Amino acid sequence: MNLSNLLKVAWDAILRNKTRTLLTILGVVIGIASVIAMVSIGQSSSQSITNQVSSMGTNMIMVMRANQRRGGVSMGADNSQSLTISDAEKIKREAKYISYVSPLVSAGGQIVNGNNNAIGTLQGGSVDLLKIRKFDLAAGSNFTEDDVARYSKVCVIGQTVIKNIFPDDTLNIANVVGKDIKFKGIPLKIIGVLEAKGSNSMGQDQDDIMIAPYTTVQKRFIGNDYLQMIYCSASSEEVAEDAVTEVALLLRENHKLLDHQFDDFEVRTQAEMLSMMNSMTGTLTTLLAAIASISLIVGGIGIMNIMYVTVTERTKEIGLRMAIGARGKDILLQFLIESAILSLIGGVIGIILGLILSYVGTSLMGMPFVVSYTAIGVSFVVCAATGVFFGWYPAKKAANMDPITALRYE
Amino acid sequence: MVRADKKKNTFMSETTNGSTAKNDNQSIIRIEDLKRDFIVGSETVHALRGVTFNINKGEFVAIMGTSGSGKSTMLNILGCLDKPTSGHYYIDGVDAAVCSKDQLAEIRNKKIGFVFQSYNLLPRTTSIEQVELPLLYNSNISAKERRERAEHALELVGMANRANHTPNQMSGGQQQRIAIARAIVNDPVILLADEATGNLDTRTSYEIMSLFQKLNSQGVTIGFVTHEPDIALFTKRQVMLRDGKMMKDNLVDTQSAQAALEALPASSDY
Repeated sequence: MNLSNLLKVAWDAILRNKTRTLLTILGVVIGIASVIAMVSIGQSSSQSITNQVSSMGTNMIMVMRANQRRGGVSMGADNSQSLTISDAEKIKREAKYISYVSPLVSAGGQIVNGNNNAIGTLQGGSVDLLKIRKFDLAAGSNFTEDDVARYSKVCVIGQTVIKNIFPDDTLNIANVVGKDIKFKGIPLKIIGVLEAKGSNSMGQDQDDIMIAPYTTVQKRFIGNDYLQMIYCSASSEEVAEDAVTEVALLLRENHKLLDHQFDDFEVRTQAEMLSMMNSMTGTLTTLLAAIASISLIVGGIGIMNIMYVTVTERTKEIGLRMAIGARGKDILLQFLIESAILSLIGGVIGIILGLILSYVGTSLMGMPFVVSYTAIGVSFVVCAATGVFFGWYPAKKAANMDPITALRYE
Repeated sequence: MVRADKKKNTFMSETTNGSTAKNDNQSIIRIEDLKRDFIVGSETVHALRGVTFNINKGEFVAIMGTSGSGKSTMLNILGCLDKPTSGHYYIDGVDAAVCSKDQLAEIRNKKIGFVFQSYNLLPRTTSIEQVELPLLYNSNISAKERRERAEHALELVGMANRANHTPNQMSGGQQQRIAIARAIVNDPVILLADEATGNLDTRTSYEIMSLFQKLNSQGVTIGFVTHEPDIALFTKRQVMLRDGKMMKDNLVDTQSAQAALEALPASSDY
């Protein structure tokens, strides 16, 4: 019996039993659809995290204070005074792989505009801070080197701050440029408004921000010269690794650390954060896919169950087919092809349904819709394999029947 | 498949035995000292204890016997569904006793047509597809030829107008006609019927027998297993088995099924 005839025989048998066909493929449909949907949603969330992290700048390198020891006493990272402006200046002067450097200091306090007030943090940086953090200006301008040198009382604010203290100007943000607000009682002039960025993957509002020259923050609000952090921007993503090493060497040199002494700072990149986040979402995706594959296995067992019942139910047909010249091989192939067709139909419907589900799911959760071609490919192969694997045993049983017994079976 | 046509004639004359009423070079089925034992538990049941006979081309043989006589075993072996324990079974010159399972399947596909008591039609399948079925298992036949031969077979049994009917839309007699069309579509060497009228009323039985007689007159060789003596009267020759042995083998004073049909009282019409 040639292939086209086998396909015809198997297809006819499938059409003859529409209800059975529907019920069988339903299991596979659910299995495949859930695998596709789960993997897609998992990948969407990972994609959305990646998008957010890279919107913060993938070249960004953060130098943090680390545990400092004074005479054998651990001071703790937060109280560390290891980073100073001279570190930032040295990096800016000597680092080959770094294009922008900005110190970071911050002060928390109340922001007041007339009757409106809010609690916020004023971050101090150099003129490059906006470039490093990938903030764009929606209105007004950034502060200048001159402002840094003269501790000017100017600031650039994010849109959440506007919402909080200029409730009337949320629709026309350019209005607030030039206005004065008070931070911790000291007036600051708004010279620029940042583009909205939304919340980051941690749920932190990136628009709840006020930026001023670091000198202003140091002299007028904190009263010391230590830095909380130094933001650097590697000249490209490729040299980010080299830049990290370079920055570390420069700082050890500047801090006059001896070979046996540990770093009193820590250099982190966004890439590290990204890979950490991705490994988290990756685990989540794997977990979801694993749960979904259970339903795929159940679908497969459904096929086996139905095929098994079918073989018993169709014993007489098998006997007849053998009597009119079907070989064991023909019967085996007929039933295998039947179960393969069933699972493939189920697979195709499942893939379509899975894509619809993940589209609906991701748009409800406000995530980008990612089509996982791997998941589609894998499910397709899996369901073909399921059909053959779970169809094999019943088909073998059919093929091994004795035609005489099968013909007399009632 | 091994063809022994050339050898057949000489071999045939050597093994001629007197048990057949008509014995010439046309023997398409030759059975020589056929034995079939079944092992049931620790006992051996001798279903056939050495049967020898020939069937010639164009014959219409009734294989008779009560249950337990071995006629079903005989039919299974004739139909290449079973192999003898010993002895030889030549069909169209090929010794089926030494064939593999796949070779037997090919013999069944090309040389044998089966008609069963319970029709054995596939459910929810149209007549034309039922009849095409045996040809599907023959790779040499194209879809077009398959359809033409199936249509021709349906015409031969007078069911051309039921080509697109499914079994549940037809009476028992009609279903059996479809089954007969399916059995002759591969142009078999022998048509084997197993109690083919067993599920039918008298009138329909006669109609079916009339069809068999018509096919036989057109050259189809028929082996007809039955336990009903009145049905056997429509055949040309009776082979009687009892306890696995040949009881008698004689020509029949053939009656016309058509005449018997016309003789039926009108009251049995429905």
